[in-house]
Amino acid sequence: MEPMKPKEPILEIRGVNKFFPGIKALDGVHLTIRAGEVHALIGENGAGKSTLVKILTGVYFPTSGEILLDGEPTEFKDALDAQSAGIAAIHQEASMFPDLSVTENIFMGHHLIHPVTKRIDWKSMKRHTRELLKRMELDISGDTLVKNLGVAQRHMVEIAKALSLDARVVIMDEPTSALTLREVEDLYKIVRQLKREGKAIIFISHKFDEIFEICDYYTVLRDGKYIGEGRVADSSVDTIIRMMVGRSLDQMFPKSDSLFGEVVLSVHHLSQTGFFRDVSFALRKGEILGFFGLIGAGRSEVMRTIFGIDRASHGYIELKGNKVSITNPRSAMKHGIAFVPEDRQNQGIILQMSITRNITLPQIHDIAKASVLNSSLENRIAREAGEQMEIKAAGYHVDADTLSGGNQQKVVLAKWLATHPEILILDEPTKGIDVATKAAVHEFVSSMASRGLAVILVSSELPEVMGMSDRIIVMHEGRITAQIEAKDGDTDEIMKAATGHEEEAV
Amino acid sequence: MTSAKSPLMGSGRLIDENSFKERMIVLFTKWETLLALLFVLEIVVFSNITPYFLDYFNLMNASFTFMEKAVMALPMIFVIMSGDIDISIASIIALVSFAMGYAAESGVDTAGLILIGLSVGTLAGMFNGFFITKLGMPAIAVTLATQSLFRGISQAVLEDHAYTTYPESFAFFGQGYVGDSLIPFELVLFLALAVIMGFILHKTTYGRQLYAIGNSKSAARFAGIYVDRVRFINFTLNGLFCGIAAILLTSRIGSTRPNIALNWDIETITLVVLGGVSIMGGRGTVPGVTVAIFLLGYLKFGMGLLNISAKIMIITTGVLLIIAVLLPNFLDLIKAKRKLRLQQVRQN
Repeated sequence: MEPMKPKEPILEIRGVNKFFPGIKALDGVHLTIRAGEVHALIGENGAGKSTLVKILTGVYFPTSGEILLDGEPTEFKDALDAQSAGIAAIHQEASMFPDLSVTENIFMGHHLIHPVTKRIDWKSMKRHTRELLKRMELDISGDTLVKNLGVAQRHMVEIAKALSLDARVVIMDEPTSALTLREVEDLYKIVRQLKREGKAIIFISHKFDEIFEICDYYTVLRDGKYIGEGRVADSSVDTIIRMMVGRSLDQMFPKSDSLFGEVVLSVHHLSQTGFFRDVSFALRKGEILGFFGLIGAGRSEVMRTIFGIDRASHGYIELKGNKVSITNPRSAMKHGIAFVPEDRQNQGIILQMSITRNITLPQIHDIAKASVLNSSLENRIAREAGEQMEIKAAGYHVDADTLSGGNQQKVVLAKWLATHPEILILDEPTKGIDVATKAAVHEFVSSMASRGLAVILVSSELPEVMGMSDRIIVMHEGRITAQIEAKDGDTDEIMKAATGHEEEAV
Repeated sequence: MTSAKSPLMGSGRLIDENSFKERMIVLFTKWETLLALLFVLEIVVFSNITPYFLDYFNLMNASFTFMEKAVMALPMIFVIMSGDIDISIASIIALVSFAMGYAAESGVDTAGLILIGLSVGTLAGMFNGFFITKLGMPAIAVTLATQSLFRGISQAVLEDHAYTTYPESFAFFGQGYVGDSLIPFELVLFLALAVIMGFILHKTTYGRQLYAIGNSKSAARFAGIYVDRVRFINFTLNGLFCGIAAILLTSRIGSTRPNIALNWDIETITLVVLGGVSIMGGRGTVPGVTVAIFLLGYLKFGMGLLNISAKIMIITTGVLLIIAVLLPNFLDLIKAKRKLRLQQVRQN
């Protein structure tokens, strides 16, 4: 390949920061996008990719930093602003109006007006739609209702919408996650077509085969920070994984040596139609069992089922060798299971309730006599659990929404700790919290495990899973694709199992 | 970084949470406090304008006009607190009153009428609760339907007739006084019920679960709370209290017409929201609603004494409601802004 002269960038991001209450979501991020290029934005979950996309599309406003459009500093006040600047995003979950037609969806927000009658110009909108669909070689009618389209076709319609806006920068956020292989091929065809037309494409993906197939350039983010960039052709999977995963794995995680006891939980052929199938594993006393996989691999769904929130369609669960039927969270709690859910703000904590009340919520029936709450007992339980977690707050009476993300997570952990569980399930326990709290959470989990607690750690952060776990189960598309002893863990092997490449790996 | 008392630092000054000033700010930005002050103001203003307002007999008797709605407002606190709504309650009154009137015509005695009233109300509430929690239908849709259904039954049978024959002893509940005093039985009953419901909401596990559910159904569920069971009980309680209110009202006016208690659903919800219960759920107190009940009730009475048009009354209610809904959001906004500023100060 002859060396190309670097073109002038269309869109440039320089040193952008974005703070949220308690979190530094972006910390000095750079990104340079050129016309006719497919640019991969790579990073683990929580690395800041989505925040960056939201800044580019005018949903968020950066706390500081510069956005340059054609070399000119610019500000996107809102989504419409970004749209008229020629930036369009196609989201993971297509955000469309299911009960409207393809034409209506494409022209939503920018209907064509007939120059003479000043009414909506359906005729030319339909003509434009036909042309767009033809250009994308899509065999659907503009009158079809979007709800009657498949997932892949909806994505194509979103792309058509971006084209109808004359977008110069098209952002695709994990566009292939819900597509079949053939549909992915169709998508590639369109991406190449867009490239030929001189559009710039930001391609967000976890899947390395895609990145190497379709992307020209990449930028890696980690923990909200810019890590590096490069030409895909000059890089290897290993280099990129190393950039993505970063820090040396063994240092950050306190690993206490523990001897495992009896099997406390064993899951047999657990399946749930549409989410996961034939999941079997055993968890021993004192063990930390890591679950790694990409978003949508079905890990959270397995945990929700074990905790009794969702029902399994097949399979069963044994606790200490006895088959049990767990039909709701309360019965899971009675069996000594605690669950720290991934969505802290909606499922883990009640933001408008005090720290004390949050901590005691799972056991309110135990701190009451004849239903009347015993507030001194309640305060004592909350304080004991909270102090063990070292929650930093002005007082235990303050509402949880006054706390930082890290302290909120400590409240959630304290709340489950106070129930004296035998099995603790953690779903992305360090997502979106600061490094110091992250370390505190890790240390706490290790020490609890060494005291005999059985822990399941679901995480999309490879270093966390590898550093914390005694054993790692990797899931891909609802199935277990690998079970690995952590000490022989190999980053490549795990990543390949998580992306569905286990066939080649074995 | 912070001392033992943990003062929060913001915009260059220290905020000591335990200082007298801070505590006063917290107290006086509470809606309940503002309502109570408004109530005091109302009493002062009216008693200065007219000598008939601050009269023991008048005040006691005036309470007759709003005690039934007050009873209905109590379980409605629970319903709204947990993020639901029930707009069928006035129609439950119509249904219950109809059932009692029908039974009274056939010679059922007072004890029997009470039993019928309480059970028909409870069943109607359970009917709502079943569709909402077991079939997962939205509360607003279900109670919109039963609003027509419950009143429709009474309308279909009664047409433009009325039941007016009730046993003599039945009149006590809506017209009687406690012992030889001038205190209406309705008032005493309401206060007793308010104490009970206040205790349940603020002191028991049930109340705690209501707050949790109202703030986040899913977080409550993840904490092992039987969310749908609690909501079902709420609607059942709503039915039961409508039964009580229907007994009081029917006994007071001595007749049952199909248009009985028309629009009382909205008026009751008004009392609850004005009392500081968040229509989004998760926030509110029984004392707040109780103050709102007396505030509005005596406002109406006072304006009546002064011959002020009812229209002014409606406008006043509307303005108060808007303030009641806006104020908490406004205070939250200030709180949130201050919090964000604090964090940025810390991060930099």
